[in-house]
Formats: sequence, structure tokens, C-alpha cells
Amino acid sequence: MWEYTDEVKEHFLNPKNVGEIENADAVGEVGSLACGDALKLTLKIDDTETIVDAKFKTFGCASAIASSSALTEMIKGMPLAEAEKVTNEDIANALGGLPKEKMHCSVMGREALEAAIADYRGVILPMAEGEVVCECFGVTDLEVKRAVKESNLTTVEEVTNFTKAGGGCGKCHDRLEELIQEVREESPTPAIPDQRPKRMTNIQKIKLIEDVLEKEVRPNLRKDGGDIELIDVDGDFVTVSLRGACGSCLKSQTTIKEYVEKKLREQVLDSLVVEEAKA
Amino acid sequence: MISEKTDRIVYMDNNATTRVAPEVVEEMLPFFAEYYGNPSSMHTFGGQVGQKITEARQRIAALINASPEEIIFTSCGTESDSTAILSAVQSLSDKRHIVTTRVEHPAVKNLCESLYSISGHKHKVTQIPVDKYGMLDLEKYRDSLTDETAIVSVMWANNETGVIFPIKKMAAMARERGILFHTDAVQAVGKIPIDMTEVPVDFLSISGHKLHAPKGVGVLYVRKGTRFVPFLFGGHQEQGRRGGTENVASIIGMGRACELVAARMDDENTRVKALRDRLEEGLLQAVPRAILNGHKTERLPNTSNVSFEFVEGESILLHLDRFGVCASSGSACTSGSLEPSHVLRAMGVPFTAAHGSIRFSLSVYNTDQDVDYVLEHLPKIISDLRAMSPFWQETVTEKAE
Repeated sequence: MWEYTDEVKEHFLNPKNVGEIENADAVGEVGSLACGDALKLTLKIDDTETIVDAKFKTFGCASAIASSSALTEMIKGMPLAEAEKVTNEDIANALGGLPKEKMHCSVMGREALEAAIADYRGVILPMAEGEVVCECFGVTDLEVKRAVKESNLTTVEEVTNFTKAGGGCGKCHDRLEELIQEVREESPTPAIPDQRPKRMTNIQKIKLIEDVLEKEVRPNLRKDGGDIELIDVDGDFVTVSLRGACGSCLKSQTTIKEYVEKKLREQVLDSLVVEEAKA
Repeated sequence: MISEKTDRIVYMDNNATTRVAPEVVEEMLPFFAEYYGNPSSMHTFGGQVGQKITEARQRIAALINASPEEIIFTSCGTESDSTAILSAVQSLSDKRHIVTTRVEHPAVKNLCESLYSISGHKHKVTQIPVDKYGMLDLEKYRDSLTDETAIVSVMWANNETGVIFPIKKMAAMARERGILFHTDAVQAVGKIPIDMTEVPVDFLSISGHKLHAPKGVGVLYVRKGTRFVPFLFGGHQEQGRRGGTENVASIIGMGRACELVAARMDDENTRVKALRDRLEEGLLQAVPRAILNGHKTERLPNTSNVSFEFVEGESILLHLDRFGVCASSGSACTSGSLEPSHVLRAMGVPFTAAHGSIRFSLSVYNTDQDVDYVLEHLPKIISDLRAMSPFWQETVTEKAE
């Protein structure tokens, strides 16, 4: 049995805004019977480009119905410009979260909203123009790459949870892997959520500092022909030594303060002070 | 839409698991805190437990007309399936072909598909297809048997549709070719009469919790004289065929459960069957575009699988849950995978219907009132969900045009 939040249950059992607006100003239809879920969103939009009414019809599981209901509640009274910025995470959050296997239900909500806005503006969504990667669920490479980018997905399994791609025969798994890789390369380091542990022992701290230097700092310094070595950690004082091109660089102090110290403070501990080893 | 919350439970999910019969619980209870001895011990205290296990073995053997020494206790149906198939591929290591069906339970299906990683040998697996009623193609089956075939594994009755396969005929065809035959009979044993002296089956799997015994106990029947390689090595339990201290209380419970189901088999095949039929016919009549999945007559007496087109199974189940009605669905969403049941897909059930399939599986504990209760609530649930479905109106309009 799925672990649904009370919000999901409430929106599922007593959904809001079920139906279809007659003479709607915007219609967004996504999904299909074969896929197992589908959503038809109809909107009434006034002269000031504000969504004055929203209704939905949904075929799907509890989380699909709940996502649709929550979406319509969210966008009613919203200016289009703002509605355009609604993400699937917003929908999931409004429901107090969704099981990870059900995230695609919130994605479906976002897609229907986008489709409706595009319909209103008379434009064609670029997503549909991509090349179909997953034949089973008709998902394009553009859709996959977008989900990877927006939700920081790193594995094929996550891509399946969010977009359904790869959830059928599994033939496209290699291609999905490539797409994830492509996105990684296009945007080297997406903002990492704060994963710093709250309390650390000395050993843990040193280990983490080493890690950040090794994985984040060193590769960047090397690009410029430089390098860095950790000399000592004493309380909050971190002593490093710059090597190679960095060693003789006039800006080495700036590198240490503006770059190395900033990185370590972001990812290890706010109070760290980085100093260069005295020769 | 729906507001009432109920304390009533109408349990119609007996192919998933069954209520442990109160008589079974009663028989088991002394063997936890009172007679807790190890049946392998030399002292009388343990030895008397051993005698109860012997009795349980006899009771189980009696249900399927086998000899007690052909009964091996395991931990579940899945272990029984694995034991049988792995025994065959090991004792016939030069044969690299297995015949099974497209509608097997994952216990057999996934094992056959991943044999390479377990046995280190690449086995060719032939999966016999089914028709739209879920019936096997016996011509294809005959053609699939070769000199290379080590074992055939075909379920006696399908867990999702209840469709019964012609095991006697199929086992005889394998026997003619000198091929071992295993049947996963966890859904059949206890619901329909089975006589091992009449069917040339070499291995047969039984699960305790499908016949009102507890979870965690199963049986593998191994015909006398069949070459056997254990799955769990260890002590001398089960004559060295399955190591590990016996799950004493559950084994004793399973023995009692087998006695009970034997005595209740008539009830199952008359009264329970009539309840099932009334439920099924009532639903098919009350709900437009509802379809029966599976063969109407070649079927277990307790199982009904009905598809409600244009609605999704998980939503139906969660609404039923509000009324305390327990059932299952072959929809994608209930399984956590994204595709609907492999059984329904093998039968060619269209997606419109597969996603909205509901399985009711009854037991001797169900009553007329239970059926009335479901018939009272389910049609309304379906029409409410359809009112919300974008496909339903389109379909109605198309029909009107």
C-alpha cells in the first residue's frame, strides 16, 4: 500500500474543481489511456491574463487525481505569468509530498498547465518536438533532459519516477543514461542542497575537507596548471599549500580566500579559516 | 463524494492471503510457550513435537493423496518453486531448456528469467502464450518440448484470473518425453480436488497462507524416486532435503488447515462459487462497459477478475478501502511498476481495461451480505470515477454519434 499524505487522501477523496469549463480559453491535455494516466485541464482566463477558473478531468491513480485537484486550487486567481513558473515540485509540495514512484503524477500536472498556457498563446510546445526516447510511454529526449535538469535527477530510476521514461520494456535505459550525462556536462555543478552534517568529529571534518578539496577545488586549480595540498587542520584553521602555477601566482591569496575558503565554508563548516602554509 | 468511514471489513482478497482459521490458531498455540522442544531432540519433550510434525505431514499428504515422505516443508511457496526448478536444472545439468508460461507468478517467472545469474548456465526459456480467455495453447506447448528440456513449470491455477490449466494432460505430455514437471499449485490446493496418484507431476508447490494456515510455511511435494538436489543445505531435517529447524507451530497449523479445507471443499465449490457468480453477474449488469477477464468456467470457484473500462484500478481500490472492502488490481499503479499486469497483457486485454481491472477472491468466510455490500457500493464508485475521467465522456459521445 502506498504511503499517501493526508493532503493526497483529502484531494483524492474530495477532489476540487472536477469537470470541464465550457468555452474554455485554454485547454491542456496530456497522457493517454495506454500510459495509465491522463489529464485534461480547462482554464478560464480574463483580460488581465489572470486564471479566473480551472477545472480538470483525470484518469489515473489517487496521486494523479490529487495532483490535478491541488494544481487547479493553486492556479485559480493566479496571473498567467506566475502560473508559468509553477513546477512539479510546487504541486508535490502542496500535497505534502508524493511517494517517489509517483512523482510523474505531479509532472503530468505541470505539463497540462504548460500545454494549456501554450494553447492560450497559440504556440507549440518545444517538448513535443523532441525525439521520442521511450517508445512505451512516448517520452521525448527534451522532456527527459528537462526533468533531469529541473529536479537534479542522477539515475535512470529517478528519471522513470519523474517522467515514466524507461518504465516499460527498459530498452531505452542506455539512452537515458546518456541523456543524464549530457545534462551533467551542460551544467557542471547544479546547486547542491545543504548536506553538511550538523555536528562533526575532528576526523569527520578532516575527511570532508579532504573530500571537497579533492573533488571540487583541485580539478579547477588543475585547469590553470595549479594544485593544492592540505597541510594541517587545527580547530577551525585549515592550512593548505598551493602548488604548480598557483604557487607563484600573485593572486594566490585571493584564490585561497575567495575560492578555497568559500568552498570549504559552504560545504563543511561556516567558521573555517583557510591559510596558506608559510614556506 | 464519499464521507463515511466504516469499521466493517469485507475481505475478498484471498488469493493474496487468507485468514488463519481459528481452529488452526488453536492447534498451534501450545507449540510456542508450552511444547517448545526441538523435534530433532532425543528427549521426549522434543520428540513429542516431532510426532505432531509427522501428523501434520500425513494430513497434508492426505489432502492431495500423496505419501507423507513425498512432503517437504519449506518457508513459502516461492521457496518451493525455487527448490523444484533449481533441483531440476542441477540434476540435469546437461539440459539447458525450460518451458513455462507467460502468465506465471513472479516466483517462477523471475526465477526462470534470471537462472543464468544463479546457476551460471545459460538456459533457454520458452514461455507458452495464452489466448484472450487466459487458456494455454497446448499445440505450442507440445511443440516446445525438446530433448534439451530439463523441466516444465506451469501453474495449476492462475492467481489473477483463477483460470485452471490442464495439468494432468500437460504433465503426461512431459512425462512421455522424459521431462520433469513442476506445478505451482498454491492457488489450486484446497480450492479444487487434487489427487497426486492421477497426475504425473514430479514437483508441486503449496503455500500455507493461501489455505488458512499462517504465512511463513510452505510445502514442496516431490514424487518418490525423483532426483533431488536441496536448495537449503544444513542439518538432517526433512531427511536431509531441506536444512533448518522446522517452523513447528506453523507446520502443525498447516496440517490442521489442510484437514479443514478438505472438509470445506464442497462448500467452496458450491456456496462460495455461487457467491462469486452472484457478485460477478451483479457487477457486469450494474456497470456498463465492465468485462470479465479469464475463462468463465475453467476457473477456480472463488476468483473473479473484472475490468471497468476508463477508470484506474488503484483509485477503485482506495475507494473500496473506505468501505472496508479488500480486493486487488492488475493496474500499473498498484504494483509500483508502470505497466499493468503481465497476465492481462499476455491475454491481450486492452489498456483501457487492464488499468481498471479488479480481482475479487472469496473464501468460505464470505457471506451473502458481503456480496450485497460490494454490489451496493462499487457501481457508484465506478460512476463517480468515470465522471472524472477525460475518456469516459468522449466514449459516450462517440457512441451517441
